[in-house]
Amino acid sequence: MIYLITDNTASAVPIARIPVVDYMDLYNDLCERMKHERYHVAHYFAAQVAGGGLRFYLLLLDDGESKVMISSFVPDYYSEEGLPSLTAVHPAFHPFEREIHELYGIRFNAHPWCKPLRFPFDRYDRNSTMHNYPFYEMSGSSLHEVNVGPIHAGIIEPGAFRFICNGEQVLHLEIALGYQHRGVESEMTRSTNRLRQSVLAEAVAGDSAVAHATAYAELVEKLSSRSRSTHLERERAVALELERMAMHIADTGALSMDIGFQLYQVACEALRTMTINTTQAWCGNRFGKGLIRPFGTNFPLTAETVEMIRRNVGEIRRRYNEVRCEMKESPSLLARFEQCGVVPREEMRRIGGVGQAARASGLCRDIRASHPSGVYAEDICHEPIVKRHGDVMARLMMRCREMLQSADYIEKILSAYTPLDDMPRPDYHSPLAAESLSFALVEGWRGEICHVALTDAGGRIVKYKIKDPSLHNWFALALAVRGEGISDFPICNKSFNLSYCGHDL
Amino acid sequence: MIFGKLRILHSHGRQAIPDLSRVELAERFRGRPELTLTDDMSQVEQAAAICPMGAISVSPFTLDLGRCLFCGECARCAQHNIRFTNDYRMGATRREDLVVRPGQTAVPFFEGAVRADIRRMFSRSLQLREVSAGGDASIEMELGATGNVNFDFGRFGVRFTASPRHADGLVLTGPVTSNMAEALEICYDSIPTPKLLVVCGSEACSGGLFAESRAVDRSFFERHTVDLWLPGAPTHPMTFIEAVTRLRGKASSER
Repeated sequence: MIYLITDNTASAVPIARIPVVDYMDLYNDLCERMKHERYHVAHYFAAQVAGGGLRFYLLLLDDGESKVMISSFVPDYYSEEGLPSLTAVHPAFHPFEREIHELYGIRFNAHPWCKPLRFPFDRYDRNSTMHNYPFYEMSGSSLHEVNVGPIHAGIIEPGAFRFICNGEQVLHLEIALGYQHRGVESEMTRSTNRLRQSVLAEAVAGDSAVAHATAYAELVEKLSSRSRSTHLERERAVALELERMAMHIADTGALSMDIGFQLYQVACEALRTMTINTTQAWCGNRFGKGLIRPFGTNFPLTAETVEMIRRNVGEIRRRYNEVRCEMKESPSLLARFEQCGVVPREEMRRIGGVGQAARASGLCRDIRASHPSGVYAEDICHEPIVKRHGDVMARLMMRCREMLQSADYIEKILSAYTPLDDMPRPDYHSPLAAESLSFALVEGWRGEICHVALTDAGGRIVKYKIKDPSLHNWFALALAVRGEGISDFPICNKSFNLSYCGHDL
Repeated sequence: MIFGKLRILHSHGRQAIPDLSRVELAERFRGRPELTLTDDMSQVEQAAAICPMGAISVSPFTLDLGRCLFCGECARCAQHNIRFTNDYRMGATRREDLVVRPGQTAVPFFEGAVRADIRRMFSRSLQLREVSAGGDASIEMELGATGNVNFDFGRFGVRFTASPRHADGLVLTGPVTSNMAEALEICYDSIPTPKLLVVCGSEACSGGLFAESRAVDRSFFERHTVDLWLPGAPTHPMTFIEAVTRLRGKASSER
């Protein structure tokens, strides 16, 4: 047996129960399985084991049967041979193998793109720095390079983009990240203060604070035997969908701004303000920081809060729909967005794209439907919205439809919600299962978020791994701009709106 | 088609806040905390123990806003000693003014620390270059929001600009990652003097959650003087607007 089979609702698994297999067996199995669309990788990482050496863990998702398959292997650390690269067969593995190589110096033979991922402070090769990133090069008298960043023109995070262009046309874009590396994963294990870990999870990507905090809270709860109240699950779902609404509105406005549609831009700015102010009126922070905590909440919904959220969400939905209806009929908008920045479905699948960007290309990856937990497993039967064209317009329409869907879900949850007087309060001290692996999968507004933790004999978290959907999707952006005019890069970039800090950690 | 656009305009209405100096935030917004001394300080000890930032000191009893993430957990531990108000006026010209003491009802804005150049050069127009060096995107979005239809800080001549060569000052967010330290330095050097330096957010003020991280390099602060310290996680647009207005000598009232 190669895998331990579990799912997103089960509790943590003892590390001793995870099979330790031979790498070649796993390699051969994955080469075969990953040909099928129903499988994709949630996480693949290495962790140091007591007594030296590394143990590799792999979490494979089976979307067809909502199963999570976990496996592990222990290579000979002193072997000079290296491991045959999975990326060479299935490019979806590229960020994971690059990360392992960068941290531990493990060689993956025939890896086609074994470049530095984020220049972490604890990297294996200290000589590999920002200054000698091995950018892909082409030569020819008609080609030129354009370097953008790390500091960009707007108020956004840093990252370096290098274009190779033939005139106006982009032949290749390479994205070098790592400028935002803060050492989040090692900070997660610095102390056992779970309040600190919660606020760290909220800081992984500030625009997905609720989603990452939910992933952390669920992960901790799975390590404990206590069950979670359905009220708590509903409140978390409302917060998550509010965050999705706010960011989809923000991106709709940002895309409008980039093509000079000021009316839609300002309308969306005002609607986003209204959405995040709703979150602020509920929990005191516009991004929902402080709202999601393990085992309970400090801001239980009251009848008045429920009423306020329903009223605001209804109004935002109505006004946003007016903007949406106008947008999809604007000829000049369609002329800019249609057939621009296309990522075909097959490419999206091969690079392991997730979230709304993947769904815009026709690839249905949505944790709420494929690996539901909480409300999505019970009250809401989530039907993912899927578009076919994979262009900027598809990604915009994806946002428009999902924003309306989120508003409907909030209304559905809250219309049947009776506030509880004695909602459980957060608990930062209950003991956690020892020697276990716990994971959480959450569909944030960008896509699939995966947190994995390993505990030691005392129930302390000793290894914490975070995956933001941006880790997969940055590569999709690089593919999207190929062949496009370089002046279309801003709209392609906005249509993905990926996280730098979520990638760099 | 024109009717659809008119409908959007009608629903949109008037969005700009007419008088920014009179804004009151939501009741639950966690802004400037107020501290109270009591005979029994055991609850403060508990709060100091749980504080993820080590922002609370028991004796003397203080709370450092430059470290605080405004999670509000301490106020639940020590209800009689710590209370978060919805006052967003928290910007200070000196780092030590961010340390709140018992009985204090406002964060002091020390005028003596404002350089004469600032008032002379930047009271009419102020162009800023924002640099994120490990900021988590929420704070960058809040800075972007200062120019949106609601706050519209641009009407008072304060805007964010694309090039440091066109800028009068730098707004720094994030704990300053090692990988970004050099780019930040180059950007700061590119801004013509006299120039402003504003640090925005608890992470920029003290390193925040990443103060001890080995991926962070804060040597920038050994070389350069900060003109304005803005706490918050993330800093609310009104905190930024109020403090920058005050720094330019444009505030109409005392705090």
